[in-house]
Amino acid sequence: MATPKPATPQPEELARVDYKPPKTGWMDTPVELKKGIFCWGNKEKSLKAVDFPNVRSWSVADEDWKLPENWKEIFIEGLRERVSKYRSFRLFLDICVRCGACADKCHFFIGGGDPKNMPVLRAELLRSIYRKYCTTSGKIMGKIAGARELTIDVLKELWYYAYQCTECRRCSLFCPYGIDTAEITILARELLNLLGLNIEWIAGPVANCWRTGNHMGLLPHAIKDSFELFQTDIEALTGIKVEFPLNRKGAEILYVIPSGEYFDPAGQYNLMGAMMLLHEIGLDYTFSTFSSEGGNFGFFTSNEMAKRLHNKIYEEAKRLKVKWIIGGECGHMWRVWHQYHNTWFGPVDFLQEPVSPITGTKFENAKSNKIVHISEFTADLIKHGKLNLDPKRTDNYVVTFHDSCNVSRGMGMLEEPRYIIKNVCNNFYEMPPNTIREQTFCCGSGSGLNASENMETRLRGGLPRANAVKYVREKFGVNRLACICQIDRAVLQPLMNYWVPGVIVSGVTELVANALVMKGGKEWTTDLRGDPLPGMEGE
Amino acid sequence: MGLLFSFFTVIALIVIVFIGVKAANFYYLFGVIIPYAAFLTFIIGVVYRVIQWGRIPVPFRIPTTAGQEKTLPWLKDNKIDNPSTSLGVIIRMAFEVLLFRSLFRNTRTELREGPKLSYGSTKWLWLGGLAFHWTFLIILTRHLRLFFEPVPMFVKLLESLDGFFQVAAPVLYLTDLIFLGAVTFLFLRRVIIPQVRYISLAADFFPLFLIFAIGFSGVLMRYFLKTDVVGIKQITMGLITFKPVVPQGIGIIFYIHLFLVSTLFAYCPMSKLMHMAGVFLSPTRNMANNNRAVRHVNPWNYPVKVHTYGEYEEEFREFMKDAGIPVEKE
Repeated sequence: MATPKPATPQPEELARVDYKPPKTGWMDTPVELKKGIFCWGNKEKSLKAVDFPNVRSWSVADEDWKLPENWKEIFIEGLRERVSKYRSFRLFLDICVRCGACADKCHFFIGGGDPKNMPVLRAELLRSIYRKYCTTSGKIMGKIAGARELTIDVLKELWYYAYQCTECRRCSLFCPYGIDTAEITILARELLNLLGLNIEWIAGPVANCWRTGNHMGLLPHAIKDSFELFQTDIEALTGIKVEFPLNRKGAEILYVIPSGEYFDPAGQYNLMGAMMLLHEIGLDYTFSTFSSEGGNFGFFTSNEMAKRLHNKIYEEAKRLKVKWIIGGECGHMWRVWHQYHNTWFGPVDFLQEPVSPITGTKFENAKSNKIVHISEFTADLIKHGKLNLDPKRTDNYVVTFHDSCNVSRGMGMLEEPRYIIKNVCNNFYEMPPNTIREQTFCCGSGSGLNASENMETRLRGGLPRANAVKYVREKFGVNRLACICQIDRAVLQPLMNYWVPGVIVSGVTELVANALVMKGGKEWTTDLRGDPLPGMEGE
Repeated sequence: MGLLFSFFTVIALIVIVFIGVKAANFYYLFGVIIPYAAFLTFIIGVVYRVIQWGRIPVPFRIPTTAGQEKTLPWLKDNKIDNPSTSLGVIIRMAFEVLLFRSLFRNTRTELREGPKLSYGSTKWLWLGGLAFHWTFLIILTRHLRLFFEPVPMFVKLLESLDGFFQVAAPVLYLTDLIFLGAVTFLFLRRVIIPQVRYISLAADFFPLFLIFAIGFSGVLMRYFLKTDVVGIKQITMGLITFKPVVPQGIGIIFYIHLFLVSTLFAYCPMSKLMHMAGVFLSPTRNMANNNRAVRHVNPWNYPVKVHTYGEYEEEFREFMKDAGIPVEKE
């Protein structure tokens, strides 16, 4: 895109956050769409590819967003439909008491200070519309009941803030009624998509994913090329040629990863790590070019689109006649797999209850949807002593672990990755308790907001996470930030470079591979990234 | 604006009683009809709202997981904050409803030069909220003495515990003090904390003023103004036995108190006060996190348009064959 990138302020300047709300009430403070905060509007072809409404390209900066004539009816009708289909949505619009406990829990508010980024107020933006058009008191009492008219400026405001929430659910943890802003944002975005108001950074990957099976738009042969490249790199390091089965029928397990791992510098090493690990244990598995993405940007668009994109996982598992599925390290992919997949596509009677062929462990917790997380699988391998690990190889890393929002608050897998890290790295330090596990802070770029034009939003939203890393860097000399999410791997690196230079971001499986002693291989002199191993620095 | 509007609304409510009772002598209206109507509105309204919510499907199982999930047998799962069983959910809900578990987690974020962010534990809102809700419940329960003859044992026990310190005559109830203190605290934080003030609507101030006025009129009646307790009990017993009577000579303060309580009851179903019922239905709290082990059914799940493998292979078959990737149709 030809549009110039907005200049990013220096860290010291960006960190001066003014939390004072404006003098005018929020309903009387018109939205100001700021460059650096919002993402570009979607392109025509991206909506067309998946038959979305109001197909056209549009620009946020333009006065005219090219909406259909009856946009207001569409929005209100859509709202009425959704409050009668989602108890969560209706309840969360009804019962908030505005106690404000959520206010300073949001990374965007902490790093930016915009009062409309307090989860409660972000929700009120939509709640006020709901009151006006769906409740009696709002219809009669209007503003005094917290209701307001849906105007074009209000719509723009809704759009602006619906794409300044990463659906991380941190606020929902602190809410006395469990009000989940992610639910509100998810459905607000659904409503906006009825009018064709998406962002290209989401719409583009969705269109790619529809056609090619992955967000990056990688065609089957390109995926194979990537694997071949990784195979060569692994052989150069280890002297072992690892195989990469593709679309192989009759394999026991289908392994699905986030497609960023084919591409992203930090992600690649994680995929290479998985290839090495699965080779070493002799797992009977296959990758798939069709099911080449576990992530789901459709989830940031509408629930229907999410379901449309994720159909390929089970369809491919069925076609390849595998017994069960292992899923790679990806955050929102696991929210979708854990909390939605089984409901959309179950009962999954064409697969078998997952049993590790290496250890015999039955994964009872996944017996219905038949998908096991790679960290669950690996932790089980380590527990049963099936991996020959040499943690001294990773002694140059001083590691801390970032819990991904979706995996921690939408699933609860907190211990497995820690168990793995402690077995493959000698130096592991936790960040402060209020910033990890279920209280973890978002990377600031989740839910499809990892574009480049909104860098200021990302850096601000990432401040709480980065600041916690800075704390352990200063205290323990942490130089490695481990995570189990591909968006994290892609976005935390620039975030670290900006706020905490000197910290490398890597996946957990990459760390495992670095400590993995493979049978019949040669002596390593470097790690996967080509950095010298401890004791080899001078050579 | 919301603050002043709410304040004057409550003042207006009090004025209405003065005019209605003192000037117009509508004793029967204020002593019988309005309380009945308000109570009926409350019951019907709350039941209606709960049924309305209950009829809306829960398409997805979306608990907010606040601890380790149940996975491998050798990893300790958090059975309450991330429940995998119904019993766990019941305990989680009990903690939530009775002890405000989530609010207990509350922290206060501070950004200092550096930048340096810190998150201190802050329990004030939790404590204030807990004090407010529990004393409200106890005071409400104490009022049962007006609707039973003889007064039930547990009410008497509650009264004697509440008046444990035996200060003043009539005995000072601790809950009265705490209650008014807690309401005042909740009001002050709403006004003083800039962010909370910014998000506050009339719907937030009105119940606070109303509840404060109820508490204050109750305290006035009990401790400071002479009121005919026997007459009051005649009214309340008359209401509960559906043989309403309105004895003469009960002070205006009683009618003010009763009218404000009636207003609160009637207002409840159409307001945020419904959180007391809603919290039980909250899908992020009242569901077990066993999604991958037990399938959750969405009643409106519908088939969607998908891009099949067949279509995929059709488009990319030549590429796949050239790359040596197996295909269905050669």
